[in-house]
Amino acid sequence: MGILLGGLYALIALGLSMVFGVMRLINLAHGDLVVLGSYGGYALMTLLGIDPVVGLIISIPLMFLLGFAIQKYLMGRAFDISSEAPLIIAFGISLVIQNANQILWTPLSRALNTPYSSLSFAIGERRFPLIYLLDFCAGIVVMLALRHFLTHTYLGRAITAASQDKKAAQLMGINTKRVYGYAFAIAMVSAVIAGVFLGMTFPFTPTSGVSFLTIAFGTVIIGGLGSMLGTFLGGMILGLVQTLGGYFFGPASQMLIVYVIVLVILAIRPQGLFGR
Amino acid sequence: MPTPPLLRISNIDVFHGTFQALWNISLDIGQGEMLALIGANTSGKTTLLDTISGLLHPAAGTIEFGGVNITQLDPYRIVEQGITQVPEGRRIFPDMSVLDNLLIGSYCGTARQKRTQSLDSVYQHFPRLKERRKQVAKTLSGGEQQMLAIGRGLMADPKLMLIDEMSLGLAPIVIDELFRALRQIKERGITILFVEQNVRRTLKEADRAYILETGRVALSGTASELCEEERVKQAYFGVDVCGV
Repeated sequence: MGILLGGLYALIALGLSMVFGVMRLINLAHGDLVVLGSYGGYALMTLLGIDPVVGLIISIPLMFLLGFAIQKYLMGRAFDISSEAPLIIAFGISLVIQNANQILWTPLSRALNTPYSSLSFAIGERRFPLIYLLDFCAGIVVMLALRHFLTHTYLGRAITAASQDKKAAQLMGINTKRVYGYAFAIAMVSAVIAGVFLGMTFPFTPTSGVSFLTIAFGTVIIGGLGSMLGTFLGGMILGLVQTLGGYFFGPASQMLIVYVIVLVILAIRPQGLFGR
Repeated sequence: MPTPPLLRISNIDVFHGTFQALWNISLDIGQGEMLALIGANTSGKTTLLDTISGLLHPAAGTIEFGGVNITQLDPYRIVEQGITQVPEGRRIFPDMSVLDNLLIGSYCGTARQKRTQSLDSVYQHFPRLKERRKQVAKTLSGGEQQMLAIGRGLMADPKLMLIDEMSLGLAPIVIDELFRALRQIKERGITILFVEQNVRRTLKEADRAYILETGRVALSGTASELCEEERVKQAYFGVDVCGV
């Protein structure tokens, strides 16, 4: 079960990993962007009666454009100012999103309850929530899609190149500003997908973003920044560690065990298992 | 009526922040020439190449390429115009394969359509790259990485190639191989501007050369003219750089 949960963690973390890998930016707003996706799904469900996953058809293009715009008009300019400016801007975005959600949806916790989100399935004599399996599948699909994109398309390879050597990429005729825009937009899309699945798995509030940012952070540190596969495995390790820790040491120490593991990895292999 | 130069740099001043790196530089390159830029580390050679490539922009003066004013263009536009740079230290993409590195070279516009032909000619110049095309770039030797960097530059289908410090850290045999390839590239009609520290070798291979000293053009002329210049000999510790 920890492994399945890890799939969800990975799904959340993939966007963070990509933005850091490409732009060396720790997107502090990422957790809140995921929750924004959850609320988006909620809006579509309550206002229009659309299943959140189906609703992704609407949310994905919107988030793509939003992500591209954020990079082009906010982040892009912030990079030119200083290397700390983007972090502050990300933090600002985080605050804006949290408060906007609070105003729109009140601090009450919400959940995306669909007909299938409370089903369970059995393996042997243990029962698991079906939604966890769906999360895991979603995680794998998104991870593989991102990996394929980065290694087999010209744009994806341009993004990879820009992340390895910005000056050289510019000399190849790559418009790095535009490429960063695409990278951020793609990260946003993965965030909204994560948000929808998150909303179906756990209840969420406007401030949930912070805890999920922490989990995403831990995942990315364990798995390695910039590696999609590494982030995915990191998610699974984290999920596994968390549930095992809770099993052996009690639920209160779940997150503590996770933090300990993160610290250990940082001490031994700071670039993560698969990182550069 | 002599043909106009392919690249004409007129009186440019370039700053790094408030520090002036280039003073009133003027430089011409003719179509099909092999032009050398010689100078010590602080002379501003890399700054000049970066300015041509659009990574830096001059505070004054103009740069014209094939009649087009490219002075304020973004780097990717300059590549589209037909100028590519093989940067100092090679700067290949370390975690990508040789083939992927080459393909990225043909990222822009028309180069992408010609990529199969470009790839074939790169493999002809550098057969070793073809052998190692699946290898991860950072595992290549220094000489092979330099070949990869040059090959990558060729993939952009350039009219002008800027090469910064090709021989740095390489053995003489490898340097010979690289210059042989450069001569082949020149025969295809591609104009080459290269920056070198190895003065003797440079003057042997180049048609003309400019000598930069602390951001200014100190001397220029054909290779044989410069060989005669006493100052060249003096500047390089009295060694007879053109000696037989």
